[in-house]
Amino acid sequence: MRYLPKSPADREAMLAEIGVSSIEELFETIPAEYRLTRDLKVPRQHSESEVLDQFRAYAGNVASGDAAELATRPASKLFASFLGAGAYRHYRPVIIDSLVQRGEFLTSYTPYQPEIAQGTLQAMFEFQTMICELTGMEIANASMYDGSTGAAEAVLMACRVTGRQAAVVARTVHPEYREVMKTVTQHQGIPITEFGYDATTGRVDLKALDAAITEETAAVLIQSPNFFGTIEDVAAVAEIAHKKGALLIVSIAEAVSLGVVKAPVEADIVSLEAQSFGVAVGYGGPYCGVIACKEKFLRQMPGRLVGETKDVNGKRGFVLTLSTREQHIRREKATSNICTNQALVALMATIFLTVYGKEGIRELAEHNLAKAAYAASTLSAVPGAKQLFTGAPKFHEFVLSTTESPSIWNARLLEEKIIGGLDLTRWYPELGNATLWCATELITRETIDTAAKVLAEGLVEA
Amino acid sequence: MSYPEKYRYAKSHEWLALDGDTATVGITDYAQGSLGDIVFVELPKIGAEFAAGATFGSVESVKAVSDLYTPIGGTVTAINEALNDAPETINSAANDTWIIKLAVKGAELDGLLNATDYAKFVAEETGH
Repeated sequence: MRYLPKSPADREAMLAEIGVSSIEELFETIPAEYRLTRDLKVPRQHSESEVLDQFRAYAGNVASGDAAELATRPASKLFASFLGAGAYRHYRPVIIDSLVQRGEFLTSYTPYQPEIAQGTLQAMFEFQTMICELTGMEIANASMYDGSTGAAEAVLMACRVTGRQAAVVARTVHPEYREVMKTVTQHQGIPITEFGYDATTGRVDLKALDAAITEETAAVLIQSPNFFGTIEDVAAVAEIAHKKGALLIVSIAEAVSLGVVKAPVEADIVSLEAQSFGVAVGYGGPYCGVIACKEKFLRQMPGRLVGETKDVNGKRGFVLTLSTREQHIRREKATSNICTNQALVALMATIFLTVYGKEGIRELAEHNLAKAAYAASTLSAVPGAKQLFTGAPKFHEFVLSTTESPSIWNARLLEEKIIGGLDLTRWYPELGNATLWCATELITRETIDTAAKVLAEGLVEA
Repeated sequence: MSYPEKYRYAKSHEWLALDGDTATVGITDYAQGSLGDIVFVELPKIGAEFAAGATFGSVESVKAVSDLYTPIGGTVTAINEALNDAPETINSAANDTWIIKLAVKGAELDGLLNATDYAKFVAEETGH
């Protein structure tokens, strides 16, 4: 049965039709003493995530019978996590899994007779459109494997566009993205040079960047928000890159940041990881990369591209366009050796973006911003802890420097079922005892307070 | 299909007209017919140098992308920018639509065919 809400005007019209002046009048035959004059005693409406938590708690109760445990710690919050670093936990509306598991989407995958699956193509077209609106670019493809291979493809693309054969990459780019980039470029004669960051802001060192660019540099690649969570000065980096004839590639690992951070419109190519848009954090995947760029680079862009057209009857339809440049047609001369995409995962992102909408994404991003600000101030107040790179704006990640080693800190938190920050000593030994913390909307204030308390108490005992 | 006598032809289906040190290059009527509706021509940069037989660009139709090869070595002195807006001109007038002009050093036309031989070559290749 459908629930059709009625407006006051609808009610007026209906009452007028039957010649009654008010709804009260309809109940006149019931004696006043038997009529309810107050609101019903029902709980207030709940959000989707609250309903899920409640039912998970019921389910947990059935399974373990330990109601006392569940009363203090809802099942969905058994482990809280401060891990981010390219894999972000955000709330996933349940409609995502309901829709992507429909056979029409699940089985069409990456069709080789694509136009027969108009629904899939339309979803991809909408994905591309939303990515363009978010990134401020003119065109976007219908997905790459992930953010790291997308960044590597963006470098290859810049080489084709400029006719140059080298790239400079910031050390504030995700270390694993940089590793993938080197794997892809090392046998193609494309040397990658890295340049450093400013110790007070955590932003790229503009002087080091300027010195690193040569006449052979096809592209400068930065990440924003960068690996430390710091938002880069994209315009300043673009100016330096463009002055020397290099393209600017901006890699974005946390797509939700685009809800509040200005789109990197000064970039020539944007390489985005869309995992944050409704894709669960699995053990390494699946992820969903996407490349967006200025329209003039259209023919050098790798991957699938869905275009809008008209069918023989003049109706709106969708096609895979420019696929003559792809591997299955052009073999070794293809623009890229990518031979599939992440259609189903891109569909998850499309549904997520549709559910949240423009305002919703902004509110979500603001929520993350606020949580992280609270976490940063609370955790850096723990004795022996200090926040690094405070000289520049951040999104929802921050770096803490601690007197004790990250493993001691994290072991203490794990006892409270809290997963602490990522140990950075492996990639940035120069920072000493440093950890990268992420606070999304799924981290509660209570968890942040508990973490700070546990860490401070542990220190006293030691 | 028409192959003017005044041109020389490469087996990779480009035509060439030599005027002093300047070579003008286009693709043959047979090439445009095989490709079908041409939607894009990728042109080289002026000043780029190519050896004979090198790839200097590509031509894209609705069904395929084919590389363009230089019938003769040289330096690009001009590109037909009108093709950026109207690549389909090649379909309607392949023999009159040039793609690039090259400054050549010493004309080495040995490997190229005359119109009659090219027509014969196409007939053999297509089995007609």
